[in-house]
Amino acid sequence: MHADRTPTPAEAAARVAHEDLLIFINACFACTGQREFYSDGHQQTVAIGFLHEYIRGNYRRLYALCLAAGINDYNRGRILVELLVHAGDVDRAARREEGALIAAALAELPPPRAYRVLAALRVRRVNNRRARAIVREYLDGRRDLAFDAVKYRGKLRALARHAHLRLPGEVGSFVAQGWKQRRYATPLFDAFRRAHHSAEAIYELPYTVAEGLAARMKIDRAVFLERIAGKMTRAERMRTQESARRAGAALEFDLAAAPLTRLALHVLGLPEATRRADLERLDAAMRASARRALERAPLRLGSVVCVLDRSSSSAGSEEKRRRPLAVALATRYLVEAASDDATFLFTPEGDGHPLLLGPSGQTDLATPLLGALGRGPELLLIVSDGWENDPPGAAARIARLYRRHLDPGRRTAILHLNPVFEATELGPKAIDPAIPTLGVRDAEDLPTLLAFARFVDGALGIDALEANLEARAAAMLGRHARRRARGPGADDARPAEVDEADPVDEAEDREADR
Amino acid sequence: MKHPARTHGLDLGDLEPAPSQVFGAIRLIPLLRRRVLGDLRLDRRRLRAAITVVGVDGDADDPTTAYVGFIPHALVVSWEPDGRPVAAQGAHLGARHFGGKARHVQLLHRMAKRVDRRRFRFLPQELALEGYLQLHFGGPTVAWSEYSAEALRRGLSPRAERVIPGASIDGLEDALRVFEIHPDQVGVMILVADVLAGVTVFPHPEDYRALHRALLLDFYGDVVLRYGLYHPPADLASEPTTIPRSLDDLRAGLAAERAAWRDHTRLFAAGLVDVPLRWQSVHHAGPFTLRRFLGDLDPGRESHIGEAIVRDDGTFEYLKTFRLGAAQARRAWLLGRLAEGSWSLDACAEAMGIPRAELIERLAHAGFGYLLKPHVLGEAGVR
Repeated sequence: MHADRTPTPAEAAARVAHEDLLIFINACFACTGQREFYSDGHQQTVAIGFLHEYIRGNYRRLYALCLAAGINDYNRGRILVELLVHAGDVDRAARREEGALIAAALAELPPPRAYRVLAALRVRRVNNRRARAIVREYLDGRRDLAFDAVKYRGKLRALARHAHLRLPGEVGSFVAQGWKQRRYATPLFDAFRRAHHSAEAIYELPYTVAEGLAARMKIDRAVFLERIAGKMTRAERMRTQESARRAGAALEFDLAAAPLTRLALHVLGLPEATRRADLERLDAAMRASARRALERAPLRLGSVVCVLDRSSSSAGSEEKRRRPLAVALATRYLVEAASDDATFLFTPEGDGHPLLLGPSGQTDLATPLLGALGRGPELLLIVSDGWENDPPGAAARIARLYRRHLDPGRRTAILHLNPVFEATELGPKAIDPAIPTLGVRDAEDLPTLLAFARFVDGALGIDALEANLEARAAAMLGRHARRRARGPGADDARPAEVDEADPVDEAEDREADR
Repeated sequence: MKHPARTHGLDLGDLEPAPSQVFGAIRLIPLLRRRVLGDLRLDRRRLRAAITVVGVDGDADDPTTAYVGFIPHALVVSWEPDGRPVAAQGAHLGARHFGGKARHVQLLHRMAKRVDRRRFRFLPQELALEGYLQLHFGGPTVAWSEYSAEALRRGLSPRAERVIPGASIDGLEDALRVFEIHPDQVGVMILVADVLAGVTVFPHPEDYRALHRALLLDFYGDVVLRYGLYHPPADLASEPTTIPRSLDDLRAGLAAERAAWRDHTRLFAAGLVDVPLRWQSVHHAGPFTLRRFLGDLDPGRESHIGEAIVRDDGTFEYLKTFRLGAAQARRAWLLGRLAEGSWSLDACAEAMGIPRAELIERLAHAGFGYLLKPHVLGEAGVR
């Protein structure tokens, strides 16, 4: 837009701010500080750490607004810590807005991550009035503090000591003394006490707490799993499927209720023979999960072609096992549910059912890209880590030439979704600048990403981006206000626009990756 | 079938190069084979001894010449004479023959040895290296007075060379880890800073997949070590010169780009494809022959040595090459000149067109000073 004249300093600054922010938000969609196929965890942590510091230092308000941008929980947690640790020189009005955003975002985080954010206050030696108020407000908003006290006892104890909290009822003495206190009126606390002596009481506790005690009492794994099943969250039940099968226990588990990408990961983790035998059931579960994701975040697409990368590198890393492939697979099901005219091209081409595919072979993006363009869809989605090598750079060239010479009017929108954060590039690796690239962690975020793509495309500037972030922040604050109006314990009836039916599940899914 | 003793370069035949994958300074070019017969398979046996001694000449248990080195593994070849695919993979071989308990020194009989009727084992790369080390190993054939008594009595023994394990090459491990193996891939060309470090071909895509990571255990020339620290390889992609009018133009461009990879590969492999090679057959098994080759060892050019299992029709079922460093090539070349001149220093210096003192100096620099008497070295000013 500034092609024919030199931009004024203000315009240039706006442009730089726009690009900086896009890089940041984009990184926050994909990066979790974990190892990737092409780079190790340390590189990842350093790169994302730099981005956070840079954006916080230069664009503090926008940085806080990013809490509502639909970025992943790892980065939301990181923003919260950064904001709380660097609280100085923020004026009064700004501090009030920031405080409200922090409280709202914290309440929406899965509890393990929220507690970890608060625990970071102690590690980073932050103990000011605002920080203590935020801790208090968070704990006030918890549905069942007694349950938290059992499940996150160590974190809660550290927090109580650090922020000089006066915890309600027996919670205070429970976190301090645990099972050594003789008597508790709260049934859960009493169960925790008894579980140190009696194997029966173990089954009244949350699974993660019970597991350690069961191991100490040498309870048979199969017996334990079958009896504790009622206390397991959905994610825990999903995660222990395989180990339960090995131990010889049967765990009831509703596949279709699992979040889509999580389910894809689960399916890909199954042995091929199991996948083949159970194909119909797994396929139906994926479809149902995709439909449910769309109910929560509606999306309707016209004609779509997806190019899905299942090359060797989609195996991910030890920490993010098969995630790139799972994202591709989940995108496939989500798009299928959102469009009546969708085509899917895997590369390398696989024969057989998509759920039977595994990561293997080279990355040839050029051939499926040409195939996709030949169909002239309204939207062309590429899910790939961006490392094309057969031949290298060919898809980039094709996309560039196509944009410039064959489709300057953008009849076909092309979007590259990248499940991998490339540490050395401070963002997801692009195929070519002609194709906007967005980081993605869960395929369910597709509606958010498609909305965000307009900013990456260069069609909208920093003002529009800021307005968009403000609107999202207002929505987040609204949700938080409604939740508080209903009083503690209202999280279970959260409004539909907030995804994640079970926050604990989601949190643990993410934890399970590390 | 009789294979030729001399060829001009390696003919990669039906091995089709695919576009390369670059990571850091390493470029890996996959070699694909569309039609795999499967009547020859390779299997790896890890040797766990720190040092392995291989009897090369003489009695099996009391060799007159031995090859001593760190040898990480041996390859076992299984084959079927009538072209049927090999069924049982390394079934009953196991620890009975080698491997087993870790030892400090392990003794093996010969570089290539029959294990049973349908199997033989050989030591990859060591076979080619031994071929190179034993060049003129006997030492002077005429007892010229310049040579030390030791040289006349024992020849060049011990003759030693240094090689670089793949694990020491900067970035090779990462490059192998992130390399995406093609389904039809049977081989790979490894280039470091766009210099050919070696070519490896296995008989079957499954063998390749199994042995891909073992490329890290291979040896490479010392040039490769230094090149690994240099600049990343060139970007070979070229922008098209014409403006595409349709998707068909883009398709044609892609096809042309793929075709261009064959030429790129030929260019990279020029040091192996365009030089005269001398071959020696080591072991015969049905339609297959285990052979090794030496390049022309011209110190002014890339020098490669290697070994191959060649089918009767000349196709490579197995191939592994090793790039000699310039100093290594120079040593072999000097020995070759000496041997040509019946080990006479005067005749050799004259043939090379250099003064006798310079030849002595060169020999000393190449590490062959021990062949000459001290006063001969002194005469050339070498201490």
